[in-house]
Amino acid sequence: MSMGKSLPHDAAPLHVTGQARYVDDIPLPGNALHLAFGLSTIAHGRVTALDLTAVRAAPGVVAVYGPEDFDEVPDCSPSAHDEPMISTGEVFYLGMPLFLVAAESHLAARKAARLAKVTYDARPALLTVDDALAANSRFEDGPVIWTKGDAARKIDAAPHQIEGRFEVGGQEHFYLEGQVAACLPLEGGDLLVHASTQHPSEIQHKVAHALHLPMSAVRVEVRRMGGGFGGKESQGNALAIACAVVASRTGRPAKMRYDRDDDMMITGKRHDLRILYRAGFDDQGRVTGVTFTHLFRCGWAQDLSLPVADRAMLHTDNCYHLPDIRIESHRLKTHTQSATAFRGFGGPQGMVGIERVMDHVAHALGRDPLEVRRANFYAAAAQTPASAAPAPQPPDHPPADDSVDLTSRGALATSADSTSAAQARPNLPAQGESPGTQSTPFFMPVEDFIGHELVARLVETSDYAARRKAIAQWNADSRILKRGIALTPVKFGISFTLTHLNQAGALVHVYQDGSIHLNHGGTEMGQGLFQKVAQVAASVFGVDPDRVKITATDTAKVPNTSATAASSGSDLNGMATQAACRTIRDRMAAFLAEKHQAKAESVRFADGMVHVAGESYDFARVVMWAYQARVSLSSTGFYATPKLQWDRKAGKGRPFLYFAYGAAVTEVVIDTLTGENRILRADLLHDTGSSLNTALDIGQVEGAYVQGAGWLTTEELVWDGKGRLTTHAPSTYKIPACSDRPDVMNVALWDKPNREDTVGRSKAVGEPPFMLGISALYALSDAVAACGPGYPALDAPATAERVLAAVRRVRGDV
Amino acid sequence: MSQIAFHLNGAPVRVSDEAPTRTLLDWLRESRGLTGTKEGCNEGDCGACTVMVTDESGSRALNACILFLPQLDGKAVRTVEGISGPQGEMHPVQHEMIRHHGSQCGFCTPGFVVSMATAHLNGATDHDDQLAGNLCRCTGYAPIIRAAQAAQNAPVPGWMTTDRDLVSPAQPAAQPSAPSAAGSGFRPRSSDELAAWYEANPDATLIAGATDVGLWVTKQLRDLTPVAFLNGVTDLQQIEETGESLRIGAGVTIAALRAALAPRFPSLGELLRRYSSEQVRNAATIGGNIANGSPIGDGPPALIALGATLHLRKGNTHRQMPLEDFFLDYRKQDRQPGEFVAFVTIPAQAPALRCYKLSKRFDQDISAVCGCFNLTLQDGRIESARIAFGGMAGTPKRARAVEAALLGKPMTPETAEEAAAQMARDFTPLSDMRASAAYRLTTAQNMLRRYVHDLNGDPVSVLEVRA
Repeated sequence: MSMGKSLPHDAAPLHVTGQARYVDDIPLPGNALHLAFGLSTIAHGRVTALDLTAVRAAPGVVAVYGPEDFDEVPDCSPSAHDEPMISTGEVFYLGMPLFLVAAESHLAARKAARLAKVTYDARPALLTVDDALAANSRFEDGPVIWTKGDAARKIDAAPHQIEGRFEVGGQEHFYLEGQVAACLPLEGGDLLVHASTQHPSEIQHKVAHALHLPMSAVRVEVRRMGGGFGGKESQGNALAIACAVVASRTGRPAKMRYDRDDDMMITGKRHDLRILYRAGFDDQGRVTGVTFTHLFRCGWAQDLSLPVADRAMLHTDNCYHLPDIRIESHRLKTHTQSATAFRGFGGPQGMVGIERVMDHVAHALGRDPLEVRRANFYAAAAQTPASAAPAPQPPDHPPADDSVDLTSRGALATSADSTSAAQARPNLPAQGESPGTQSTPFFMPVEDFIGHELVARLVETSDYAARRKAIAQWNADSRILKRGIALTPVKFGISFTLTHLNQAGALVHVYQDGSIHLNHGGTEMGQGLFQKVAQVAASVFGVDPDRVKITATDTAKVPNTSATAASSGSDLNGMATQAACRTIRDRMAAFLAEKHQAKAESVRFADGMVHVAGESYDFARVVMWAYQARVSLSSTGFYATPKLQWDRKAGKGRPFLYFAYGAAVTEVVIDTLTGENRILRADLLHDTGSSLNTALDIGQVEGAYVQGAGWLTTEELVWDGKGRLTTHAPSTYKIPACSDRPDVMNVALWDKPNREDTVGRSKAVGEPPFMLGISALYALSDAVAACGPGYPALDAPATAERVLAAVRRVRGDV
Repeated sequence: MSQIAFHLNGAPVRVSDEAPTRTLLDWLRESRGLTGTKEGCNEGDCGACTVMVTDESGSRALNACILFLPQLDGKAVRTVEGISGPQGEMHPVQHEMIRHHGSQCGFCTPGFVVSMATAHLNGATDHDDQLAGNLCRCTGYAPIIRAAQAAQNAPVPGWMTTDRDLVSPAQPAAQPSAPSAAGSGFRPRSSDELAAWYEANPDATLIAGATDVGLWVTKQLRDLTPVAFLNGVTDLQQIEETGESLRIGAGVTIAALRAALAPRFPSLGELLRRYSSEQVRNAATIGGNIANGSPIGDGPPALIALGATLHLRKGNTHRQMPLEDFFLDYRKQDRQPGEFVAFVTIPAQAPALRCYKLSKRFDQDISAVCGCFNLTLQDGRIESARIAFGGMAGTPKRARAVEAALLGKPMTPETAEEAAAQMARDFTPLSDMRASAAYRLTTAQNMLRRYVHDLNGDPVSVLEVRA
């Protein structure tokens, strides 16, 4: 059984020797063209003259394309068709592509792209949340509001109240491999695209749409990405489309990669937002009513902002039962980069808000925030089996428009989303709580809550109570430096909230020599998906994973794939692959059983052998016999996640199959003279169900924690008053470096099976542990709180400057 | 044009017909098809392009994205493809990276592997510092450090030691070429050659480590001609002790400076430890750090606090000045066309020197504020005060009013409070992406308060606290 084994990443030997091939490493024919965009230098206005004479005349330039070179400028949007590849005249952000250069080299293209003479009619730009609110500049008609109970009345009736305002910064993905795509023209106008993308089907769809080709004429292949983190769900569309356009028009291969600064200027980042909150609570810190207002700065285009903001709303509860709650979510349109998917997809933004409330409530009561958090936990899961699945139903109104992007998470507004389907179903949860099981603010029963026991174990293994005491003592003796500690939990919903995306396909071949070719719709961006799925395949056949050849994601092998996103990769593709392998295995078993006059169910595949009726044969030998007996040794596999039903407009239903849990204790130290701060120790305990690969899962947990802590500490995006992103390179945008990881980092997995029937009873792991990093922010808050009587009200990212400001605030110095 | 000759993964190569500012990274990937070395940022900040370069002075990790081909003349370059053995044997760091799950997406991995293998060859075990210039977005670093630790006691593989022989004087094939002003750039071999040529070519760009000039090429996309590469000017690469002072050649790298000064000035040593990254410290020179005139370079504030004297040369004319007088205004220095920084002299002792660097990230970041303090006491009273800041003005600058407020007073918190109030007279800092003006002013004042605690032996740095 290879499932559960701690095997290294399948490509690790290629990574460490430099042989792993990324898109920019693929050898192209010598006549390949290299592309670059010319970018706008204002945030909002109109291009009144675009003089490309010098661009065209620059050395090495082969072609230059401005808006007039297109009957219709190709659209790059994954949602509202509001992202022309290059500006059609209107400029919506500083860094927006205005024209496209094709040249003999990457450097020649970049140099030429800076030679345009652009005349603008500049207009005032909406850059901030306040600008956008004042102008009522937003996506959708107004805020999305979900309510459960009567929050306002409960808050007013509570013995205590707090309210606050919390600014939460965005985050640059900083995938080490920048955006890149290449396109080779094939015969008859067909195209082969290599792209660094989490969503090959999206690239295929957008390229086909741009060139008015059927999707069948476009093949997209992705072997690996050098990091994605959500930044390659939709943000690679423009490069692939540009390459396809140039390849199609010139007949030459075309490649485009953004220089790092261009990448940061052009592409979207994690959404920043302002959170306004008000809460009422009792003497124990139990929150009896709470309201949240989310003010999301979405940037210039819709992209995936609606589902991101939805997911933030879906995580305003985190681990806490909030019977009376009102959430108001504004999706504001500004003249900045279009914010996009980033690990957690809004979940972290929602969760960091309720954790702020818990921290604030505890401070108001003078209690340990952990006590307050626990007092608000959902009730423990009842020891009952998972509920049965309703039969999947097709959407009521299939869309007719072929431009609709069915496989995109942004497709909500235009596709037949599950709203209509959900309304047709009688069994949506009712307005109130069902007896015995508490429900989320969106009325989903929380049937699997393990926060109590998970946190209890972490409190013990991290020695939380004793350390908290010791820190208080240390702080009493230390004038300049102060320490802080915090434990925060995580509950993260697993499934795409656009229900129909919860499907996956796989294609498995067994060759006559017993080697196995594996393909599925998931993409590899470092998370180890390919290895995990190979382990699933090997387990079905009872062979060593070495026998399973992992192959590049390819839209010609598995069609209509969803993005490798929402942590869904192994859940979906693992199940689809398991189904494909079982089909082949069952055919082999039936054949062998008949030969031995045994029952097919009695045939066992294990240890590289096939066991039947007391005989054992080498797997490859059985394969050869099956081939000779004309048994099909190839199969597709398919999986659709059960039980889901979701009405996003009403905020009601079951958008998730299950929740993944975790908790982290972080200890920090701050300097009260400068605000400098450091993470000293982190203890992480994370729920992966029955892990498919412990080593890879621990790698996800560790890496996600550091990335999450980075979001809330050193990673600060700064725009100047003209809308120019001034932190557009690693010299100014600071992701954690080696020495920023905690000196002591203890990571453990809560390795109990998923109660839902997932692949090997495992749980998704990509995004949930990102939110373990939230404990770093509240440890800093704890350290600041040791400096004076006030509440720190620490904004994020908690740079040294913000920490110092908070220190002065709690001391009443400002 | 003259050729450039060096060794690549053990084999001799000759390069001609390349622009003098062609980067090693582009040449490796585009001309040699060696795609293991990655471009992550193209500005020397992420380390994905790290290569090992060996010359007579040893083997160092450098960023190939801001390394120009002529800088390699006579040296030996080893890329990730050359870290494995000739038969494909894995280097111990490669083996341990696999075993400890040190790669996820794998894109930063070749750079890490080269940095780790270089540190391994050099016997360096300060892994956090060795790897501060390699960014990883996936792993959170812990498994990489575990791999580095696991490999540190493994023997150095034989193939890693051969580059030293290739660049030894016994192998004339790869010796530096004769000085030449042709297409590959002028490459003088002494300060006299440089002085004569630069006087005649005052519009030229002088390139020592290329850690800043590299970005003029890769980011600003400038054409720099003519250029001179100073790697061969060995007489400017010395540190000499003469009585009570140290004479530091402009071509001394930050790495060499750190090694020489850390034992003498521990606080300055710590500042230099945090000066960018291993790759950059191995290339950047103190002369470049001064001549460049950046208001946020970390070298000048420390040197000014030490009382450094700057020595300039133009042709055969030499002149000197207090370092602080060199910086006239934002990016404007007291340097004539054709004149270059030759060396600086500093006192050999400064027991009360303390250097404080404030940046968003501790390692490999540019200072928001860099404050350097150097007082002497006589009979319990402050006899002399030299305080200099980076990041507080358009140039590195002394805090004259603060210094004046300190003179003759006892070294007490009260004195510091009074003097700190003078900071606003010395500085009107700017707000930018690194920090606001108000924060800069507040922390500059607090650095003076910290200095008092520091001299008292109180703990003042979060970097010294352990869990």
